[in-house]
Amino acid sequence: MVTTGNEAALRTAPPRQAPAYGEAVHAGHQMPKSKRAHINRVALWMFFFSESFMFGGLLAGKFYLAGAGHDAHLDQFLGLLITSILLLSSVTAYQAETAIKHGKTGQCVAWLFLTIVFGAIFAVGVGFEWATAHFSVHEPFGTAFFAMTGIHAAHVISGVFMLVLIYRLVRRGRFGPDHYWPVEATVKYWHFVDVVWVFFYPALYLTTW
Amino acid sequence: MTDAVAHAHGAAGGDGPAYTGWYAAGRMARGVAWAAVGFALGVALLAVVRNITGHDGWSKEASICAGYLLALPGWLFGMGMWDGWGREWFGHKVKHAPSDWGRYFSFCHDHKVIGIQYLATFVFLFLFAGLFAMVIRWQLLSPNGAILTNAQYNSVMSMHGTVMIAVAVAGVAGSFGNYILPLQLGADDMAFPRLNAMSFWLIPPVAVLLLAALPMGGWDTGWTAYPPLSTTNGTGQLMFNLAIITFGLSSILSGLNFICTFIFMRAEGMTWSRIPVFSWSLFAMAWIALLFTQLFAVSLIMVTLDRVAGTSWFNATHGGQPLLYQHVFWFYSHPAVYIFVLPAFGIILEILSHLSRKPLFAYKWVVGAFFGILGLSGIVWAHHMFTSTMDARLLKPFLITTELISIPTGLIFLAALGTIWQGKLWLRVPMLFALGEVFNFLIGGVTGIFLADLPTDIHLQDTYFVVAHFHYTIVGGEIFALFAGIYFWYPKITGRMYNERLGQWHFWLMFLGFNFTFIPMFWPGIQGMNRRIAEYTPDLQNINIVVSVMAFILGASFLPFVWNMLASLFRGERAQANPWRARTLEWQTTSPPPVENFPVPPLVTGGPYDYGVPGAAVHAAPAYSAAAGD
Repeated sequence: MVTTGNEAALRTAPPRQAPAYGEAVHAGHQMPKSKRAHINRVALWMFFFSESFMFGGLLAGKFYLAGAGHDAHLDQFLGLLITSILLLSSVTAYQAETAIKHGKTGQCVAWLFLTIVFGAIFAVGVGFEWATAHFSVHEPFGTAFFAMTGIHAAHVISGVFMLVLIYRLVRRGRFGPDHYWPVEATVKYWHFVDVVWVFFYPALYLTTW
Repeated sequence: MTDAVAHAHGAAGGDGPAYTGWYAAGRMARGVAWAAVGFALGVALLAVVRNITGHDGWSKEASICAGYLLALPGWLFGMGMWDGWGREWFGHKVKHAPSDWGRYFSFCHDHKVIGIQYLATFVFLFLFAGLFAMVIRWQLLSPNGAILTNAQYNSVMSMHGTVMIAVAVAGVAGSFGNYILPLQLGADDMAFPRLNAMSFWLIPPVAVLLLAALPMGGWDTGWTAYPPLSTTNGTGQLMFNLAIITFGLSSILSGLNFICTFIFMRAEGMTWSRIPVFSWSLFAMAWIALLFTQLFAVSLIMVTLDRVAGTSWFNATHGGQPLLYQHVFWFYSHPAVYIFVLPAFGIILEILSHLSRKPLFAYKWVVGAFFGILGLSGIVWAHHMFTSTMDARLLKPFLITTELISIPTGLIFLAALGTIWQGKLWLRVPMLFALGEVFNFLIGGVTGIFLADLPTDIHLQDTYFVVAHFHYTIVGGEIFALFAGIYFWYPKITGRMYNERLGQWHFWLMFLGFNFTFIPMFWPGIQGMNRRIAEYTPDLQNINIVVSVMAFILGASFLPFVWNMLASLFRGERAQANPWRARTLEWQTTSPPPVENFPVPPLVTGGPYDYGVPGAAVHAAPAYSAAAGD
């Protein structure tokens, strides 16, 4: 039998206490924190990759169904306004993440609060656009417009919900320079939702044939 | 949010109350209760919104959608996700699931428990949907339909197809993927154990929705749910949509978990070229599940919006395009067949190598072929649409890409033959199933050429030729591998050996029953007998009687299987740690493995298949000590 060094380890290592079922009984316990963080980060990016297939499908569906044009009755000012606010909220979210990385809990709370407010304004803006739209859900452009803004807004609202949870935890001082992954993950998700809008906005408001 | 949070809080062990299975039953009841509360809340919220906007409060399908949106988290959180995960989002400490038999019925993180949950669920669903197949064959004994009305036939056919597709998606990947992947890699769990538990517990609502659809009139679109039928038929269709969107979510999360586990959870020394081929196949499969499943969800969301919100994605009278559905749907659903068959290839190549005591032939080419299939899978979808009205310029490119798939598939097939070539075959039940799979898949592949080629496909489209072909690839190619895997890993999972004689009965009945069912079925297909139709022309009755009788034998072959599995669980001979004397890591620990899988983290020093290679290092040394028994 070829010696691998494993047998020696078996003889010398004390038997490991079997943890109770249901505990997080996995390599996370032995794994260095930095590796755990790395896995989490990769997984988050893969989730975005996966979601981008869904948004890509909707985008392709819009061009297939309604062509490249957009409805002349769209409120361009409102569209530009909420787009600007959403982009601005990415800046504030980034500031919040940077603040917690430097241990500045108070600043992080303030930036998160601004991000939540901007996100909520965007959601309300979409709702206003829906209420005042001059086109109907029954026509091709309306179908694409309401479906795409609706599914995107659902992501915005879920992002706001997560930001509120994080906001509570940051206020309680749960995070600091050595443990800020939940903040980072939420902020990255928020950036992703923004990037989706960067593609949706021109497709729905600006393109023309 | 993520598992990192769990570690930050630390694991509290052993200081909770004494958990029992009854505690798990209580949790289950709580899940159902919260699902009911969530449903009521969703319906009420929608009613408020609808009243404000000047509509009637209750609208059947919209209300069901809104209720379900909140019922699903209600079920998950109620049945254990709140205790085990959600509490920490609000800054509380998590509680733990039971440790006795109740763990199989609770939100348990252990990948082995989740693998068994998947296996038991999907074997049950397989047998359940198999009964529907028996009903279909009974109906087709007579050209005018023997027992069912046409509407009932449509529902039965749709239920059989849908549930079997679900079994094909998650039967192999969910059960053996979860159970075996971490073991083969030398890990002590998946990369995201709680996400894994969530993936499984999304499945029961899928089954409940599909069953609930039956009293609502079922759905008559088959599993493909083409509009305009699917946007205009009964409420059963909505249940189907919600079920499949939920199932897709489970698939996506599992795919994510498999990829991270594969990349990051490998033991020391487990280099890329030492990873067992089954793990490689899961890795390739997981990318398809992660990325393409979204498009199935999109297509069904579009159908649901058309039904519920009045959009006109597919409503041609308002400028919709029914053909759009087929593009979006098949963009997922063709790659989905590789979700079925890639892990199946992985299993049979494992078994062929271990049980013919030979190195896996062309290991690196096989891995390359997996990725070739992964790459090509995304650009072949429109071969399902040759007779639709899509742009004629698309026909030939899709013919060519479809034919190209036979190159990587052929590589895998040749690797299987090269592995058993001049080997010393150990013809135990798993090996028989693996060899049967190779035989069946050859027929499935060769008949596929006729469906990929335009001139023949235009004749054969929507006939029983297609039915026979995809049963050869999915049942012959995957379900045979599922059973090969069940027999192969049964001793590892249960710690008992199955009964060899009953297993052989099962194999021969199933193999002969299967081939004598589906070989004759090509004929009525060529004669133009339409699939999915409750009636057919009387001149095809004789051949249909033959097919039906053989199908009943195929159905009966699962009786010895069920008896074998259940009886061996209690009375089977105790299994050794490594009854197949195989080299891969899952056999280098006890049967069944301890909670932490390996008493010490394993060290990998050689390839997994170097049987009879002079001077080859062991893959990994056994991690169980003689003192602990086998």
